[in-house]
Amino acid sequence: MSKDIRIKRGLTLQLKGEAEKQIVKAPRSKTYAVKPGDFHTIIPKMVVKEGEKLLAGDLLFYSKYSEELKFSSPVSGTLLEIKRAEKRRIIEVIIEPDATDSYKNFGKMNAVTADPDSVKSKILESGCGAFIRQRPYDIVADPSDTPKSIFISAVSTAPLAADLGFILKDKIAAFQEGVYALQKLTPGKVHLSVDKSSAEALKNIKGVEIHNVSGPHPAGNVGIQIHKIDPVNQGDRVWTVGAEDVTIIGNLFLTGEFHADRTVAVTGSEAEDRKYHSIKIGANSTDLVGQVSDDVRLISGDVLTGDKLSNNQYIGFYHTSLTLIPEGNKHRILGWMPFFYNNIHSNSRTSLSWLFPNKKYELNTNLNGEERALVVTGEMEEVFPMDIYPMQLLKACMAGNIEKMENLGIYEVAPEDFALIDYVNTSKLEAQDLIRTGLDLMITEVG
Amino acid sequence: MEWIRQKLDKFKEPFGKGKKLEKYAPAFNAIDTFLFTPNHTTKKGAHVRDAVDLKRVMITVVIALIPVLIFGMWNGGYQYLSQIQPEVGFWEALGHGASKIIPMIVVSYAVGLGIEFGFAIYRGHEINEGYLVTGLLIPMIMPIDIPLWMVALSVIFAVIIGKEAFGGTGMNILNPALTARAFAFFAYPTYMSGNQVWVSEAANIDGVSGETILGSLAAGHPVEHSFMDMFTGTIPGSIAETSTILVLLGALLLVFTKVGSWRIILSAFVGAAIMAFIFNLLPAMGLAGNDLTNFPWYQHLVIGGLAFGIVFMATDPVSASQTIKGKWIYGFLIGFLAVMIRVFNPAYPEGIMLAILLMNVFAPLIDHYVIEGNVKRRKKRLSDVPVEIKTAV
Repeated sequence: MSKDIRIKRGLTLQLKGEAEKQIVKAPRSKTYAVKPGDFHTIIPKMVVKEGEKLLAGDLLFYSKYSEELKFSSPVSGTLLEIKRAEKRRIIEVIIEPDATDSYKNFGKMNAVTADPDSVKSKILESGCGAFIRQRPYDIVADPSDTPKSIFISAVSTAPLAADLGFILKDKIAAFQEGVYALQKLTPGKVHLSVDKSSAEALKNIKGVEIHNVSGPHPAGNVGIQIHKIDPVNQGDRVWTVGAEDVTIIGNLFLTGEFHADRTVAVTGSEAEDRKYHSIKIGANSTDLVGQVSDDVRLISGDVLTGDKLSNNQYIGFYHTSLTLIPEGNKHRILGWMPFFYNNIHSNSRTSLSWLFPNKKYELNTNLNGEERALVVTGEMEEVFPMDIYPMQLLKACMAGNIEKMENLGIYEVAPEDFALIDYVNTSKLEAQDLIRTGLDLMITEVG
Repeated sequence: MEWIRQKLDKFKEPFGKGKKLEKYAPAFNAIDTFLFTPNHTTKKGAHVRDAVDLKRVMITVVIALIPVLIFGMWNGGYQYLSQIQPEVGFWEALGHGASKIIPMIVVSYAVGLGIEFGFAIYRGHEINEGYLVTGLLIPMIMPIDIPLWMVALSVIFAVIIGKEAFGGTGMNILNPALTARAFAFFAYPTYMSGNQVWVSEAANIDGVSGETILGSLAAGHPVEHSFMDMFTGTIPGSIAETSTILVLLGALLLVFTKVGSWRIILSAFVGAAIMAFIFNLLPAMGLAGNDLTNFPWYQHLVIGGLAFGIVFMATDPVSASQTIKGKWIYGFLIGFLAVMIRVFNPAYPEGIMLAILLMNVFAPLIDHYVIEGNVKRRKKRLSDVPVEIKTAV
């Protein structure tokens, strides 16, 4: 049984530097790290000390506000350093890996026959709870909630994003087991979205409701799919899990071990060896792509939502790509001329780039203008396929007006859904940042 | 190129953070960023950004205005010269019009940008480009003989009371250019209405007549212009409003670049046509009507400032409705009311200015109700959830 979701409003940005469809095993990083910053709002309580020996799956820290929520080591090795920033805030928990991983044994379990409580506690015990995120607020799910449904998106529409269907095609068994486990966590349904290029095996996964998604970005965003299938109302909880993360959960039940396997697409016009690399979560970016110069921006994740990395920093916990694009720290003479500079893509028609819909662009990080007051209307709606007024919601976030934010649909959105608005808006407004601020306000005020 | 850039960077130094002229940085930046798009890179959010910025949008509107402006200059000369001499050369007419209009534009930009720079320095924010368009629009909707000091006063009123008092660009309720015109209209009615102001020198030379078509209709005089005259614009009127065909050319550019909302433009013309058509039906309903009500509906669309107002002022995104549904309603009512004011109140021979200003005030209300519909839908969805699921969660 499948239902189709067709997205019309949106924008698929065509960029140069797609990764070749070939998975190579990356050499082991010299160091790995878990970054508490990847888990928004989580304040870590460390349970291990520097110099301690760790197995893959050993507990590193838990959440200060929920002891059940545990975060464990992706590799076996020695805890090298707990790196702190100002006010002793922990930014990186760095692990020096052994040559080969040895795993902590959590015990095998048949997810189909097991009772829901033991499934849940196994997931939490192993640290796999970190893979489960919740809407509203786009944060790590609170284990004490019961979600009304769980969503998995196996569709990637973001520019240069890793092709999830391609990553999953050899991991179907683990994926299926993961789905069975997730099924136990909700009284509702588990929804899986696929697109027409997805493998047949993925479309035949049992225990889920399959949705065929088509259309431009952000069709692949799980938030858009939730909005179309089972929208989040006030007080609801919906959980989401990354497609490859489901296989990690599945492997936990099949093997009893925490295999933090991640396939990362190295992409972007500045990347040299554009392939899919099989790594462990938390790998060092420099060990993967080497040192990058100041003229190149290294992004953990895709160009719309990723985090900027410096040399020797670590790939984000949830990220499935590593993108390298040129920095745009150059002046451009009379850059405001309409119909000139057509080599820079524009969704507005003041550039002629719309005449070449299939041209692939080499975009840099220049802001292409300065921040201004909100003047132009209607452009945000063009790339925002939800029944929500994006500009009005952003203004409510700016004003910190909780009632308005609630009325206008703050519970249904995540920063990533506003990434294209960051991109297209004439006023160079930081929409993702505003939505994150608004969501954080809702967490403290409403919870 | 590099050489200019280096000079600019050197010149920029004293405007830097903590330096002597830091306060005046917005003024310098306005010029600097006009010459060069800055080398700023993305710090948060999406790492790549669209090529469009506010400068580009505003310049697009200016480009759309240029054909009407040049025609306005030519027509300004032509209307005058054709009444006092048998043959009028193209350059002669253009020269006469330009000699009147260019000083108005210079005054408008000098005064308006002066105030904008002042406010930017005072408030410590960058200068918004909105005045590039407003400053050109203000002279274009004035009668050709208006004294320059009146232009200056109108600009001061529009920018300070109409815009900066509300918080500057993006915050204003009323369209600033129309605020300027409304100010001049009510403060100096003798310079802004009647049958002597619409043709250059009409007030000074007895033999020159300067009645607009709407003026003729209201006064019961016969209309001496053909439909083609009205469409191409060789008729008396405010500087740039007369040529419907060139206004439509500008509209084409605005709609094509998606800078102007086609929904507002289309619905406003439809609204005007419907209202005029209803008036045309009066005789069929057994009512007498008058010259204005009986004026054919399609001719209503090409006279006066209706087309210019709809294309260049009603579409101002800041003062218009912001929602898609709202834009349809807002546009329709502008056209509808403009013709209604024209016909019902001959004291205001042109209704478009008042119609747009009125709808500017109502635009937030229209949006409120459109958005309220969305909010209600969301709340209904919540109450539609079956009780057993609610308790299970």
